[in-house]
Amino acid sequence: MSTFLQQLVNGVTWGSVYALIALGYTMVYGILRLINFAHGDIYMLGAFMGLYASRWFHAAQDPSPVKALLVLLTSMLLSALIGMLIERLAYKPVRKSPRLSALITAIGVSLLLENGGVLVFGADPKFFPQLIPQKTIALLPGVAVSNQQLIVLVVSIVLMFALRMFVLHTRTGKAMQAVSHNHMAASLMGISVDRIITITFMIGSALAAAAGVLVALQSPKIEPYMGIMPGLKAFVAAVLGGIGNIPGAVVGGLVMGVAEVMVTGYLSPTYRDAIAFVLLIVILLVRPAGIFGKAVTEKV
Amino acid sequence: MSQLSVENLDVYYGAVHALKGVSLHAEAGEIVTLIGANGAGKTTLLRTISGLVSAKSGRVMFEGRDITRVPAHEIVALGLSQSPEGRMVFANLSVEDNLELGAYRRKDKSEIRKDRDAMFQLFPRLLERRKQLSGTLSGGEQQMLAIARALMSRPRVVLLDEPSLGIAPLLVRDIFRNIVEINRRGVTVLLVEQNAHMALSIARRGYVLETGKVVLEDEAAKLAANPEVRAAYLGG
Repeated sequence: MSTFLQQLVNGVTWGSVYALIALGYTMVYGILRLINFAHGDIYMLGAFMGLYASRWFHAAQDPSPVKALLVLLTSMLLSALIGMLIERLAYKPVRKSPRLSALITAIGVSLLLENGGVLVFGADPKFFPQLIPQKTIALLPGVAVSNQQLIVLVVSIVLMFALRMFVLHTRTGKAMQAVSHNHMAASLMGISVDRIITITFMIGSALAAAAGVLVALQSPKIEPYMGIMPGLKAFVAAVLGGIGNIPGAVVGGLVMGVAEVMVTGYLSPTYRDAIAFVLLIVILLVRPAGIFGKAVTEKV
Repeated sequence: MSQLSVENLDVYYGAVHALKGVSLHAEAGEIVTLIGANGAGKTTLLRTISGLVSAKSGRVMFEGRDITRVPAHEIVALGLSQSPEGRMVFANLSVEDNLELGAYRRKDKSEIRKDRDAMFQLFPRLLERRKQLSGTLSGGEQQMLAIARALMSRPRVVLLDEPSLGIAPLLVRDIFRNIVEINRRGVTVLLVEQNAHMALSIARRGYVLETGKVVLEDEAAKLAANPEVRAAYLGG
């Protein structure tokens, strides 16, 4: 039992990281019906922005929680700007083209970021400084949580809660929902659809960057290709929850994290990556619209 | 100078020449109606005025200003709004949120609240359903919401696209009564309708659009008496 609980704790922590990344996929999809395949690479960039930020703040030599928070926020801000640039330079020009063009563009941006990362950061892994020294906290006999895991959980929950408040209760959040429902009707309200799309990309990128920094806190080796697998899995998580649906992305991410950790613990670490795609196949067969998705017949 | 005028407008939808040199105008305080069959270009015309579709040539003037190239979301802020064909309410948002979005460009919070209450007075059915998701409303109620939402920007001209479409006849009469009331409060109305009978009964002037061209324009009463119009749009 204690093993199971321990796995659950690990799974939920890991899952909250997937959830943060999945939110970006699902929000962009909700607004543009575009799968932003470069999103996993924003997570990678987030980790690297965090690395640079911790150098500026000398956070490695003299770590403190305040500096860790500064590193997190700086990385989120820089990545939001990168997200905005990507949208303006790569996606906006193809917005009126067929959807396939946008998808291919997204794959192109992803390759550009990965290989650009190799060029700029170098192909060899970099070490993310330990901003917060690890401590283990016993919850129950045989069940423990590290302070880093707790930080991941708390930060994720705070961010997701903030996002929810923003989307449901602010003027811009409601405009976002309007745009996601119908671009034409939204512009008839006086909403600048372009501006809302930009904001969506910025928020999604900031959340992915936060995930990047949070993961780097725990497993400090970061490299330019680190975003591929988590990006794919978070995409599966978004589909699992029902793409376009914000609570769905959170639930999908958690399910994904728990499934992965359980498979690693009870079956074999070999299947760790496979389970994500097993889940994808199952959900596509059983409930293609996702857990929270509504079945929508595509209008022709 | 007319409050709203469309001058020689040419619009293409892909390869289709949807509007061919259309001109019309609306004077302050009027109800002007545009009737015509399906596919005549009525909706395209309204979308072009609102800036959703761009014109190939010609221009749209609103209160002395050329708005042909102004983006849709800025036109709303200038005082011209639209209740679109098919209503397009934000189904996953409440009635109140829909109205709030109608006032998106306004900052005067207390005035917005007053206007919202005024809408609830004009459309009492919306008051009963204020917290309900608008997707759960009946077609007629959604139409009322779409009109109310368009009015929340405090427009001086409002474009109404087929407010009677797919709505129970009893509600249609209600909605037309509301349109007259809105106009009485000082809003110029450009009304697109397939229900020519109703539209001509409340309008002062009317235009008949056929395959992208204005083929007739006259006072509404005269159009209603015109044998050709009667044969084509009023069922003999």
